[in-house]
Amino acid sequence: MSEDPTAGRTPHGVEGPITRRSFLFKLGIGLNAAAAALFAIPVLGFVASALRGKAKQAWIPLARVADFPEGETRLATYRNPFVVPWDGKTADIPCWVRHIRGNKFQVFAINCAHLGCPVRWFKESGLFMCPCHGGVYYEDGQVAAGPPPRGLYEYEYKVKRDELWVRAGRIPTLAQSV
Amino acid sequence: MDLRGIGEWFESRLQLGSLYRTTAGHPIPRNSASWWYVFGSATLVCFVLQIVTGICLALVYVPSADEAWTSLEFLNYQQSLGWFLRAVHFWGSNVMVALMTVHMIQVFLMGAHKYPRELTWVIGCVLFIATIGMAFTGQVMRFDQDAYWGLGIGVAIMARIPIVGTALVDLILAGPIIGAETLSRFFTLHVFVVPGLIIAFVTVHLRLVLKRGINEFPVRGKGVVPEEYDEEYAALIEKEGIPFFPDGVDKDIVFSAAVIVAILFCAAIFGPAGPNGEPDPTLIDTVPRPDFYFLSLFAVLALLPPQIETFVLVYVMPVAILLLFLIPFIAGKGAKHPADRPIAVLGVVLICTTISTLAWLGISSPWSPHMDAWSGEPTPVAYVEERSPLELQGAVLIQARQCRNCHALGGRGGQRGPALDDVATRLTADQLTRQILQGGGNMPAYGKHLSPDETTALVAFLRTMRPIGVPGAR
Repeated sequence: MSEDPTAGRTPHGVEGPITRRSFLFKLGIGLNAAAAALFAIPVLGFVASALRGKAKQAWIPLARVADFPEGETRLATYRNPFVVPWDGKTADIPCWVRHIRGNKFQVFAINCAHLGCPVRWFKESGLFMCPCHGGVYYEDGQVAAGPPPRGLYEYEYKVKRDELWVRAGRIPTLAQSV
Repeated sequence: MDLRGIGEWFESRLQLGSLYRTTAGHPIPRNSASWWYVFGSATLVCFVLQIVTGICLALVYVPSADEAWTSLEFLNYQQSLGWFLRAVHFWGSNVMVALMTVHMIQVFLMGAHKYPRELTWVIGCVLFIATIGMAFTGQVMRFDQDAYWGLGIGVAIMARIPIVGTALVDLILAGPIIGAETLSRFFTLHVFVVPGLIIAFVTVHLRLVLKRGINEFPVRGKGVVPEEYDEEYAALIEKEGIPFFPDGVDKDIVFSAAVIVAILFCAAIFGPAGPNGEPDPTLIDTVPRPDFYFLSLFAVLALLPPQIETFVLVYVMPVAILLLFLIPFIAGKGAKHPADRPIAVLGVVLICTTISTLAWLGISSPWSPHMDAWSGEPTPVAYVEERSPLELQGAVLIQARQCRNCHALGGRGGQRGPALDDVATRLTADQLTRQILQGGGNMPAYGKHLSPDETTALVAFLRTMRPIGVPGAR
């Protein structure tokens, strides 16, 4: 073991005359780089396929208008229009429907604009209260107290043949509303 | 061939002797075999415990949004000893985070992050963040209401990051809502990605400990001079070095065994954590709270002035974490002994006090309305005795209009607003009326929801709220 079998040779990839061995070594590096790229493209594409949230919205029927008495605010739930079969109950999304009068509504996301916790409606005081950090909103969704940086998120809605429809599909955040 | 011959046959092939000399048997300074130096090894022991219990739990747990919660209930109540392994995994994670934190504080106080162990510290910081990542993703594995809304909070924080916020939210959720794909993603992180990173970085961490040596016990008045340190350390090892195994390992193994037994005891006595309610977002009567590692952050988010909240989350906190990494490059030489470093000690005390105070506040969450106080906490009898009918009407309104959700009477009710027991000593009738109708100072305005008569009754009652013998505000 006293003699280094590679002693006196030019290491591969270092300057020197191109031998068959050094050529194969460089070719091997190049082939592996190409193979790595070919492998990485589908892997990255697979993982990055999640970057598609912007398009995720659709009109869905929420409930019949008659279910919401005028002047009251009630909880409604819908099945999210975009699901996978094993979503279970996580795709049942609640929202607050305030029927002002006639065809005039406000449909609020359940998520507090502060950090997304579920706000609760208190009819007697006419307030939405959040259980996490104490955000409070008036019945029209405006901030009444606490840390929320904006009012409650509102769904786009329309009334079609006595049915209330909302445009839904994604979780609301400060970056993009429902 | 005798037994010795068999041993030599294996040794000539495996060469464990030289492996031992460069690893477990590496020399350490005699005074480093200290009770102060047991926390790192104990953290690693916790990690091994987590791997073993984690593998067992993965045999039964179903990482699917519609079945995860049911499989946790199955683990708790039907799978033989499932409750116990869940409990060991839970208490093991708590103890691991706690020991890792103590290890970090000890390393800092003993000046072990200074030359030549800067990289050991940096890798340790990576491991700290990875472990906190395990804690958060683990909290999601316990797929219940806290996990669901905890994810919502995480998403809401991410969305505040400018430009890339939306993309980050999409990457975290893997879908438009918190759902099946989100859980799968967190399962992958919790079970494959982050543990793999931890194993890789622990390997580097340990290699650095072997190659640059364990920190000698700091000596009062003696600092690190990088140009001289290596020679001094070599001389110290030469003079009084002992092999880590078996001579320096005694306290480590005693402490580690005590830690394991403590975890098993906690698991047996207190049992597993949750799951609490089913992760059904339509069940909105929930009060989401994070596990203890995130209580301080939870409290910060309630207590920061809203105007600077995003700034603190997006800029100040990452800079603070970066500073943690940079400590050995800011203070990489000089005094090591804590008694010679008053500012360092004060810094540790300040940070620990702040974080524990915030965590304590996070438990009691005085900023949150008590959602059931209005219907669940009656007005104390003493406050309705000898009141006029008008005042009694006001007492009814205090309950019915949910004032109690934010205001305590007799020590019960919300703490969001001031207690009303002696409000009449602070506010006149006019001030009370104005405050109720217009709100202000973080109180909503009730003008639209109270008739003039109701307001009169409410104010009449509140004017009686003062201790006997103390005059009302004028």
